[in-house]
Amino acid sequence: MHYKIHTPLDDNTVAKLKAGDTIEITGTLYTARDQAHQRLVELIQKGQALPFGLKGQILFYAGPAPTPPGKVMGSVGPTTSSRMDLFTPVLLAYGLKGMIGKGPRSPEVKAALIKYNAVYFAATGGVAALLSSYIKKAELFAYPELGPEAIYRLEVENFPVVVAIDAWGGDLYDQNRELYKEA
Amino acid sequence: MREISTLEVTKAIKDLCLQANRVLRPDVLEAIRASLGFEVSPTGKEIMEQIIKNAGLAVSEQLPICQDTGYVGVFIELGQDVLLKGDLTLAINEGVKEAYDEGYLRKSMVACPIFERENTGDNTPAFITVDTVPGDKIKITVIPKGGGTENASRLQMLPVSGGVEAVKEFVLEAAEGAAKSCPPVIVGVGIGASFDKVGLLAKKALLRSIADSNPDPELAALENELLVRINKLGIGPAGLGGRITALAVKIEAAPTHIACLPAAVTFNCHAARQAEAII
Ligand code: SF4
Repeated sequence: MHYKIHTPLDDNTVAKLKAGDTIEITGTLYTARDQAHQRLVELIQKGQALPFGLKGQILFYAGPAPTPPGKVMGSVGPTTSSRMDLFTPVLLAYGLKGMIGKGPRSPEVKAALIKYNAVYFAATGGVAALLSSYIKKAELFAYPELGPEAIYRLEVENFPVVVAIDAWGGDLYDQNRELYKEA
Repeated sequence: MREISTLEVTKAIKDLCLQANRVLRPDVLEAIRASLGFEVSPTGKEIMEQIIKNAGLAVSEQLPICQDTGYVGVFIELGQDVLLKGDLTLAINEGVKEAYDEGYLRKSMVACPIFERENTGDNTPAFITVDTVPGDKIKITVIPKGGGTENASRLQMLPVSGGVEAVKEFVLEAAEGAAKSCPPVIVGVGIGASFDKVGLLAKKALLRSIADSNPDPELAALENELLVRINKLGIGPAGLGGRITALAVKIEAAPTHIACLPAAVTFNCHAARQAEAII
């Protein structure tokens, strides 16, 4: 199936998405990679407020290239998601509904996606000039000292992703590997 | 002797870094186009179309193909009749610094690999390999390379008794790891030499054009066999399933010790960045 969805995500939207669906996202994404994840989880563990409410939001695992003058955003694309696996269940428990990255996730993350009704999208790696063209507004939002690892707030229009792991345990990486494997 | 100022090297390195990051290797773009028809997965096809579109946009918008603009690998073939005026290493790093600053490329180098891991701020140092060759020219090849495929690299001292089967098994196992980077990939294999040299052989194999094949017929056959077998693994574009997992397998072999069979495998992602110039 092909869907156009908007952020923030609600439970019904998440529940209808199935591994393999192609999606265009319009709305807000927050970039976060290793160090930002560490900080967010630390804040949760200390019981302190986060820089933004996680409820219904989508995190984009990305560390953009610098923005040239006159452009909205420099090249931006997904980084390997498995490095975030340890942190993800904690954030999902706090209301996070979606993540965009590349590559497979751990069994713990898959279980947490089922438990909290959330979804993992894959964006294509290595097509960062193309992906930046779907970004209509970008703002350095938190932790500027982290450079490319800072949190950016992005407004996107029809941002193209695939549902890689759905809230029902469907995993496109596993399914398609089996489907296309030749003896 | 021909005198060449290292200022010329700095300028060449700067231009090559900018070019490599913004212009997809033409033979790779061609290979993506050519293999699109063989991909059976709809998601895989879509991804390959995105790769083609991205290559066009990167050029027209002067943006890097991938946000991970990599560490900078530099291969120099230095003519023995060249008299270099200035410090070659400094000149190369200056070129990298200028390109990454002025070209809005991401700086992805950390100074200390274990403890602080603080960014060096200018994407230096470059990793430089210099080979001396006959002649009075300098050939410079620049390959900015991202962390994703670099992490999929493997090196192993295989048992001599394992022979070609051990090599095949080793490469196919490593290809599984490349699923997590950005396939379709180019596979570079080094076989022989010593522990320290075999990785370099694999890296140099990546520099070869997609269309060429090894002049040694046995190695050429091995390249073909491995390519076919990797493309049967089902990994596919972006690892989301499909047939086109690798665009090419390139093998470089070298003499080794009677007791040794070193093997190394490394990958270039579809965002293969490479540019060269001759001074
Ligand atoms: S593996 Fe290559 S294409 Fe993928 S993110 Fe890294 S540098 Fe970019």
